[in-house]
Amino acid sequence: MIEFVRNVRLWFVPEGVRQEGRTPDYRFSLANERTFLAWLRTALALVGGGFAVDQFLPDLRWAWRVGLALALLAAGVLCSLRAVNHWVRCERAMRRGEDLPVSRFPALLSLVVAVVAVAMVVVVLLGWDG
Amino acid sequence: MSGERDPGLQPERTRLAWRRTTLSGTVAAVLAVKTALHGGPSPAGIAVCALCCALWLAFLLLAHHRIRTLAATATPPALTPRHATAAVLCAVAMAVCGAVLVV
Repeated sequence: MIEFVRNVRLWFVPEGVRQEGRTPDYRFSLANERTFLAWLRTALALVGGGFAVDQFLPDLRWAWRVGLALALLAAGVLCSLRAVNHWVRCERAMRRGEDLPVSRFPALLSLVVAVVAVAMVVVVLLGWDG
Repeated sequence: MSGERDPGLQPERTRLAWRRTTLSGTVAAVLAVKTALHGGPSPAGIAVCALCCALWLAFLLLAHHRIRTLAATATPPALTPRHATAAVLCAVAMAVCGAVLVV
């Protein structure tokens, strides 16, 4: 948690990253940037999915609709915050010449998306029955 | 473009990644506007709609700025954390707008 707070400070203070270690090959930095953008797209897709649930499943009961939409929106927020955090960690690891950080987040996100997808199938089937 | 060109076309790929991300942001913003104006325009709906448009515009400007930086030199500098954070905050703010609209 303390590590996370320290990383958050780095998000806003670019000089903090630049002071450490040596500047890596620009191609590595660009690859890191593209990974960050891919995660940001995933986050935006989750946010869009949240809006879509709200808009395109109007027959659902209110609680289910709002619950699913909020779950997707929350996943989008988490995903985008994690994107910038992981980007900072990778950037710093490259500057210091350390191994890139490992992360449980992809597995976690996959599980959440799978659960939401199953919930959506169940809800849509039951919703259309009743 | 000046000097030697990177055979892996890294700056170009990064530029296209920014474009793709802008496109994703556009889709999210369009869905947000549809949600905001669903069931007739209300003052709150129009305010959220304007906010989402502003967020989309902010992201567009960020992407444009970065793309110009990428194209300026053969070995472009790394993305700054402030830039990355600003892009992420746009996405987070849009999700918060969504939460307000949905509930």
